[in-house]
Amino acid sequence: MLDYILRRVLLLVPVFLAVSVIIFLILHLIPGDPVDNLLRVGSNAEARARIEAKYGLDRPLVVQYGIWLANLVQGDLGSSIITRRPVSTMIAQVLPNSLMLGGFALLFSTIFGVIFGVIAATWRDRWPDQMLMGGVLLGSTLPSFWLGLLLILTFSVQLGWFPVSGARGWESLVLPVLTIGLGGMALVARVTRVAMVEAAGRDFVLLLHAKGLSPTHIRLRHVLRHAMIPVVTILALRIGWVLGGAVTVEYVFARPGLGLTLIKALGQHDYPVVQACLLMLAIAVMLGTLLGDILQALMDPRVRSALT
Amino acid sequence: MSLARSLSPVFSALRSPKGGISGAWLVLVVFGAIFAGVLTPFDYDVQDLPGAFGAPSATHWLGTDEFGRDLLTRILYGARTSLSVSSIAIGLSVFTGMVLGAAAGYLGGAFDRAVTIFVDLTWSFPEILVALILVAIIGPGITGTMAAIGVAYLAQFTRLTRAQIMAIRSETYIEAARSVGASGSFILFRHLLPNALAPVLVAAMLATGDAIILEATLGFFGLGAQPPTPSWGAMMSSGSALLFKAPWIIIFPGLAVAVTVIAVNLFGDALIHALDIKTRLREV
Repeated sequence: MLDYILRRVLLLVPVFLAVSVIIFLILHLIPGDPVDNLLRVGSNAEARARIEAKYGLDRPLVVQYGIWLANLVQGDLGSSIITRRPVSTMIAQVLPNSLMLGGFALLFSTIFGVIFGVIAATWRDRWPDQMLMGGVLLGSTLPSFWLGLLLILTFSVQLGWFPVSGARGWESLVLPVLTIGLGGMALVARVTRVAMVEAAGRDFVLLLHAKGLSPTHIRLRHVLRHAMIPVVTILALRIGWVLGGAVTVEYVFARPGLGLTLIKALGQHDYPVVQACLLMLAIAVMLGTLLGDILQALMDPRVRSALT
Repeated sequence: MSLARSLSPVFSALRSPKGGISGAWLVLVVFGAIFAGVLTPFDYDVQDLPGAFGAPSATHWLGTDEFGRDLLTRILYGARTSLSVSSIAIGLSVFTGMVLGAAAGYLGGAFDRAVTIFVDLTWSFPEILVALILVAIIGPGITGTMAAIGVAYLAQFTRLTRAQIMAIRSETYIEAARSVGASGSFILFRHLLPNALAPVLVAAMLATGDAIILEATLGFFGLGAQPPTPSWGAMMSSGSALLFKAPWIIIFPGLAVAVTVIAVNLFGDALIHALDIKTRLREV
């Protein structure tokens, strides 16, 4: 198992390098001189020379990338053009908020998705199934930022149950988690339903019925356990989507986090912050996928043996 | 293939209830977008400050925004931006994806490996992240949005085309064509690509729905079409600060996005059914 994890981690290195090259190149692909893009308008020649020396901007591109990567690995992400604070401090401040939001949204969509999927599979093609799956389809096609705004309109403006924005206290987490979670829930519910229906037709289930076990016991202890494998696979593949959803939702709810910081920085052309946020999000997606793969291997011995 | 024959799945999709209703909505939206100038007596960018924040009424069916502009008018003109940006972007993405995918599937070797690496790389990241990287490079605006959407979905079409070509390549009739001396390019353009087309076009239809949401999201972030050009996302962006005062500024453009996207998805489903290609889409 350790061998497998090690191999998966090593596989991430080239992906990380490729992503870092693209994000490094942003500064050189945008119109204009990179030095100008790293400076506030109207900076003096001294500041210019300092930036040039720090990033080696007079050297070949490959050397510049090397310097950038070396700084990055040491935790030096440069400083914000607008606030002049080190980017690493800014990221460290908002990262816990984003992780908490993403984590809870993932938890929410898994728990409720599985529950709804089981209900839909149990009453297949009858009204609970049709109602749930209809609702799920609707939930997954609504734009998440609009859903967020509608939730604010209903629960914050009309009913006054939850705060409109911000990240203070648990109440402020409810609506954002719901907004991201509903889309993920739809996916999990659909996969759970299909996997349950498929697993229920297997021979071992027939045998369990023949042995006289109660249908509820079979469904929850045997069929569901089998059906969880594709669910974990899809969750692992879609972990990035939860984080992508977090970008949008943080902006809607004005929740300090990676997404809000990124969108603001994009609007202000604050490139060091843009690069750092994109890099952190990309790393989060990679680690999420890695975690999902490891979980899957832990659950399913067939996956383990296929990959070693 | 004659035009009538290639359109026949569209007609049979329209005959099913699901396809009929969703198709009717799509026709209505496209019609509204094209004839926006004739359909409404208002201008989309002429301000009427005394009439700002007007609730839906007999004159302004869907109300007015913070500058007193008629909301229905702006939604109709917004349909122009939102639909053209997302469908042009998906069109370019499908074309590039098919060229890359067909070349990779047909040529194989180092080119195939390079394409696969690129596809796997973008595939593992959410579209919004890929789109934001593109917007960071090109800058906000319609061009940036189109490029962002196009690149975000490129991996999907490349992957699908490549898989289709690989699957069809080993069919008996291709072997037969080759054995009677058909050239490589003849087989590619005459046999492989036409047969790979249907699943890719349906995937493109479904991706257009996602692209409309992505366009609206970028517009909502203020990174899409810039004011005063109306787009569904940008309209909601200015409305989000006015949620207490004039909720209709948020509700109606969002409803336009939601219903259109659902219609695209349902029509795509009906097309899949009419073309009978469910299994071929699922292979990938």
